[in-house]
Amino acid sequence: MISALLVMAIGAIVLGAALGWASVKFKVEGDPLVDKIDTILPQTQCGQCGFPGCKPYATAIAKGEADINQCPPGGDEGVRKLADLLGREYKPLNAEHGIEKPKSVAFIDEQTCIGCTLCIQACPVDAIVGAAKQMHTIVADLCTGCELCVPPCPADCITMEPIAETVETWKWRYPVFELKPVVTTSVVTTDHPTRAA
Amino acid sequence: MGHTDRAPLLRKLFNFHGGVKPNANKQQSAAQPICTLPLSREYVVPLHQSIGGTPQPLVVAGDRVLRGQRIGAADGNVSSAVHAPTSGCVVAIEERLMPHASGLSAPCVVIEADGLDEAAPRENFDWRSASPDAVRDYLRDAGVVGLGGAVFPSHLKLKANNSIGLETLIINGAECEPFITCDDRLMQEKAREVIEGVALMAHLMQAKQTLIGIEDNKPDAIAAMQAAAQTAGQSNISVVAIPTRYPAGGAKQLIRVLTGIEVPHGKRSTDYGVQCFNVGTAFAIRDALENGLSLTTRVVTVTGNVERPGNYWVRIGTPMHELVEHAGIKPGTERWLMGGPMMGIPMPSLDVPVVKATNCILAGSAELFAAPEPEMPCIRCGECAQACPADLQPFEMYWHSRARNFGKAQEYHLFDCIECGCCSYVCPSHIPLVDYYRFAKSEIWAREKDKTAADQARDRYEFRNYRIEREKEEKAARLAAKTAAGRAAIQASQQTVTGDAAPSETADDPKKAMIAAAMQRAQAQKAAAQPQNTEHLTPAQQAEVNDAEARRARARELADQDAQSIGKTSPSADTPNKMAD
Repeated sequence: MISALLVMAIGAIVLGAALGWASVKFKVEGDPLVDKIDTILPQTQCGQCGFPGCKPYATAIAKGEADINQCPPGGDEGVRKLADLLGREYKPLNAEHGIEKPKSVAFIDEQTCIGCTLCIQACPVDAIVGAAKQMHTIVADLCTGCELCVPPCPADCITMEPIAETVETWKWRYPVFELKPVVTTSVVTTDHPTRAA
Repeated sequence: MGHTDRAPLLRKLFNFHGGVKPNANKQQSAAQPICTLPLSREYVVPLHQSIGGTPQPLVVAGDRVLRGQRIGAADGNVSSAVHAPTSGCVVAIEERLMPHASGLSAPCVVIEADGLDEAAPRENFDWRSASPDAVRDYLRDAGVVGLGGAVFPSHLKLKANNSIGLETLIINGAECEPFITCDDRLMQEKAREVIEGVALMAHLMQAKQTLIGIEDNKPDAIAAMQAAAQTAGQSNISVVAIPTRYPAGGAKQLIRVLTGIEVPHGKRSTDYGVQCFNVGTAFAIRDALENGLSLTTRVVTVTGNVERPGNYWVRIGTPMHELVEHAGIKPGTERWLMGGPMMGIPMPSLDVPVVKATNCILAGSAELFAAPEPEMPCIRCGECAQACPADLQPFEMYWHSRARNFGKAQEYHLFDCIECGCCSYVCPSHIPLVDYYRFAKSEIWAREKDKTAADQARDRYEFRNYRIEREKEEKAARLAAKTAAGRAAIQASQQTVTGDAAPSETADDPKKAMIAAAMQRAQAQKAAAQPQNTEHLTPAQQAEVNDAEARRARARELADQDAQSIGKTSPSADTPNKMAD
């Protein structure tokens, strides 16, 4: 009887110690779910979702405090990915937070810029160079198109320019078969290889 | 080297999986010798003609350029220079329509030819005594790229794997795609030069053996190359006839046929001691190293629905319509393809230039190519998998690409697809499978680019937050240090002033003392900062100033006297001091 109790007690102690050790050893820093959500978000840090950046929004989604359809730059595809990740129902983008726009970058009209540095302070990714009373300019490659620099500008010299498609960024279109009027006579086909255009 | 062990009579060849045997259609253009196209009036040289970075223009509008002069410098090592195809004047550097499926424009150097075709002075470069790196840099600046169609910068490929060296150098003369005969004609007419180029590359890469693979439907080219190799006395160069089957000219397929090595997913052929170049590239490398000629011309096949199908020596930048007009446009041409019928891309218009990648221009008519049949549902017959030379599962990739399920498509090794078109060719449902793969590939690339940009933005955002935090802390620390230093200074000064006497009130209240000290400093500063524009005066000016000072002093005296005398009667009468000025 006692030996049975002892065995159980020792077992409990050993297992408890093992669990305790494991909880220390394999402690997870931060919430992995937040990081997973954060990688889906576009990192524009634009705040259109109502949170001061992508990470806070990711945290809010993970806690269930925010919905998944509040990120216009992420677009419809972003919502779908979040829905997939979280096992939630897909819902269209909430128009309250803005609409999905073509990807653009900010452009400073250098003739009008007065060099006030307000846009530099507003830029979340340090994509604007310039100094007080010096002309400012956008580093287009780094600009995420968040539009945060537009409202602070006292001279209204910042505009958002959509990014034009180039030969390098052009994408092959989804193949669509062109509908043509039906030809009733059968066409003699040659044995040459053809590829649908 | 004494005993020449020529190519074994019966070399063991291997087989690659799949492939198709379309009608070759080479006889139309293969019979005639290569013609040289007359000079054009205008050349449009796109800056970006190879894989990698876009070259930076080295000329501006108005410059005179000579044939072979570098007009675009390679942007980094993964890039290749571009050169003027003839002498003339740079009219503009502007966006022009590109020979690309997108129908978009890209920056080009537009040259108006002066008809003199004056060559730029040749650079003396002795590749035999130069280091391999110098040779590679030279080839990069000579604009030599793979002329088989992929336009990969050749200098990047001319390097064997350091640990295993180069067992086999493979020269690709297979030319498996129907209609195209530019390599065939080049090998027939320039066999000696090609063999010299091959020997040069074999020397540069220290190749143990060199195999030139040519499809057996080109007996003339095989004979010419064999004769040239024999004449040159190159014992370790073997010309090998390989069975005609599309796509035997794919790099991986040719390596498989000649060596039996199957380069696995994610590996390079150099990891297995094999490297593969096109015969046209061998010719261009010889031209660059032996003759100092940069790549400004190439052989282009013009065939299909044209009056005089054949091959032409064409300067890079020649307007495509001039080339096809030379071959004679036949009525009924519906579309123009750059490349062959299997892998060619449709041209948006003929107002595009011939580029380094242009191996063939194919005029398509209704008689030559039947209109594509309507796409029908996949019946899961598996024909595509039978035909795939890359051992993929085309139907799986098709389903996932069609459903925009790109992750899954990648799991089926979408990026190992060489877009040869065998699957589309055999598909009984006429599904344009390759179009789906191209769509999926470009979508995946765009997403990866977006992902990299997002990661970069996150890093920059986090660094910015960290920097702001750090600046705040630094400011606080600076302030604290300053306060402490001020306090210490005051205590020290008080101790020296009052000696060991009892600490005064201010010592009890260091804040007050500091404020007093700050005020003192401010006053001192104010006194010191009196505006003084009285330095470096001429004697005359000094005299004037002295005069004024004297008047001011007199006035002050008078005023004092007045104040004393009037003070008793009217104390409010303050002397206006305007007199003084």
